[in-house]
Amino acid sequence: MTTASLKQTTDTQAENGYNFAYLDEQTKRMIRRCLLKAVAVPGYQVPFGGREMPLPYGWGTGGMQVTATVIGENDVLKVIDQGADDTTNAVSIRRFFARTAGVATTESTPEASVIQTRHRIPETPLTRGQILVYQVPIPEPLRFIEPRETETRKMHALQEYGVMHVKLYEDIARFGHIATTYAYPVKVNGHYVMDPSPIPKFDNPKMHGSPALQLFGAGREKRIYAIPPFTRVESLDFEDHPFEIQGWDQTCEFCGSDHSFLDEVVTDDEGGRIFICSDTDYCNQRLNTGASMEVV
Amino acid sequence: MYVAVKGGEKAIDQAHSWLDETRRGDTSLPELSVAQIREQMGLAVDRVMTEGSLYDPELAALALKQASGDVIEAIFLLRAYRTTLPRFLASRPVETNKMAIRRRISAAYKDLPGGQVLGPTYDYTHRLLDFTLLANGERSTTQPAEESVEDCPRVLDFLNNEGLIESPLAKSDQKQSGNPSEPEAPADLTRQPLDYPADRDLRLQALARGDEGFLLALAYSTQRGYGRNHPFAGEIRQGEVVVEIVPEELGFPIIAGDILVTECDMINQFSGTETEAPRFTRGYGLAFGNSERKALAMALVDRALRARELGEDVVSPAQDEEFVLAHCDNLDSSGFVSHLKLPHYVDFQSELVLLRRLRKEFEERKSGGQSPQVEPTTAPDLNDEPTVNTQQRREANQV
Repeated sequence: MTTASLKQTTDTQAENGYNFAYLDEQTKRMIRRCLLKAVAVPGYQVPFGGREMPLPYGWGTGGMQVTATVIGENDVLKVIDQGADDTTNAVSIRRFFARTAGVATTESTPEASVIQTRHRIPETPLTRGQILVYQVPIPEPLRFIEPRETETRKMHALQEYGVMHVKLYEDIARFGHIATTYAYPVKVNGHYVMDPSPIPKFDNPKMHGSPALQLFGAGREKRIYAIPPFTRVESLDFEDHPFEIQGWDQTCEFCGSDHSFLDEVVTDDEGGRIFICSDTDYCNQRLNTGASMEVV
Repeated sequence: MYVAVKGGEKAIDQAHSWLDETRRGDTSLPELSVAQIREQMGLAVDRVMTEGSLYDPELAALALKQASGDVIEAIFLLRAYRTTLPRFLASRPVETNKMAIRRRISAAYKDLPGGQVLGPTYDYTHRLLDFTLLANGERSTTQPAEESVEDCPRVLDFLNNEGLIESPLAKSDQKQSGNPSEPEAPADLTRQPLDYPADRDLRLQALARGDEGFLLALAYSTQRGYGRNHPFAGEIRQGEVVVEIVPEELGFPIIAGDILVTECDMINQFSGTETEAPRFTRGYGLAFGNSERKALAMALVDRALRARELGEDVVSPAQDEEFVLAHCDNLDSSGFVSHLKLPHYVDFQSELVLLRRLRKEFEERKSGGQSPQVEPTTAPDLNDEPTVNTQQRREANQV
């Protein structure tokens, strides 16, 4: 880190009177302890003394507390929402950390050391040393089958996951397919069934064996969980109905990608629509390197 | 070329400056001062302090001003500030017995030591719009007689002396601690995550911070038969209490200040067993400032939540601890409901992809084509745990 940016950091702190990255050090220590436990027991939901953040619950307060805890002055932060760096809430959260921690920010996935995300995993494969922080609305994968925390805790402890398979089976019986398309449950390290947060199931395979550290923060529900690097992450399925990811007949309007998650954009009121990469950085990278030419 | 709608920093800044302008309203009118709000919007200030868990009328008034009068937004502002404050120590329990009473009523006795004191209340006002206020006229106020109220003994203590009601510390309140004379410090859900089953101290804290509207509705539901508990408003008292702290280096209590609180003692249906004589039970409510509706609702819900402890069937929402405690905080609920305003393009797209596929298959089946997926070829036998061998397919999925 250059002296200039160091100075900027100290100025930032002095200016707004809050600790580095907003949270006080005692709170960070408490969260770090929970993070260590979460890493030690992959997929297990660790209760933590979540604090009120200056952003509303449900808007990323869990992810923000995790990011605030792991981030240091030398980190480079990227924040995405729906895969994009320029959606309003991503802008707001990135700005929060630029303001309270004075850290460098980036839109480039490879350049970032900490990436906070809502609803997507970047298309560019993550590398060793990177930390991916997920914002989690409902950490409990069994919540919609059994709303009671007292029950679900027991179910996890006993690995009583039959109900989840029954739910998936009922989908197949009614629709011919497993009808869960996002927040698709996974089994971590052969034990805990985990909610991967509402990422599309398209992203599920990226969690498996990732060299990056994946941390999950649920602020309102006050839970933290983690997938350490190189961990087994399996999406639940059946032998005769194997897990599969979404695909599109179309390609990205901008970069021509035929393998990334595409957002549908309605262009007129007569059924006109185009498809574009949801990961804006990935799309730009391809445009800049001329990758689009190869495909189109 | 189409450019997807994105909110840049500029858009956010513009939105906020527009908000500031809107909040200020017509600039030809004088601006509201925080002191005016504190003095003239006192009940709103009290609610913000109560649910914001911070006794500071000035900051609560500031929050109301900043929030354009949106109470939940103001509570949010106060909570977000509160959470950054260091906590030095816990106060000693406030002695509401020694309250400097400004209002005290009991619905259980016609008259009682200390008397019934109406105090400043909207009760018995006829809800007729007062057009004098509209014309900016101040009503001539007759100064109430400065008659200090004697120390009021607690209504429930009369009953307790006779053994007619359970003692104030219910069984569930007596926590195990090494030294019985020194009760364990009460739990604090702002530091530790809520854990079920919750003890009464935690429940009362959650209810005190809980949304007035939500608690009011739950309290009402108990009156209409969803977990009925036969309440009598044994006593409602409002006034100033002394907050004392014991700094470690002093070793004796000093007064940190006075706070205005509203307290409600509810007398509820009796219980008894073969070994215990029947007696009334209690529900308790306490709120900052003049927050009577909140204190009453809290007391009813507190009593309802004691169902498990008192051996009652838990059959109604108000008696269900997980249901009540998980949903009573209005920052939790307003945050999560309003997060629906955030983009969900990706999840929605995922649903679209699936729905189109299902519809396509449906049409194919309908038009007599071979059904592609109708019959699950080998439906998993539900009597067995479905065998899931994801290992191989996981590898297949892995690019």
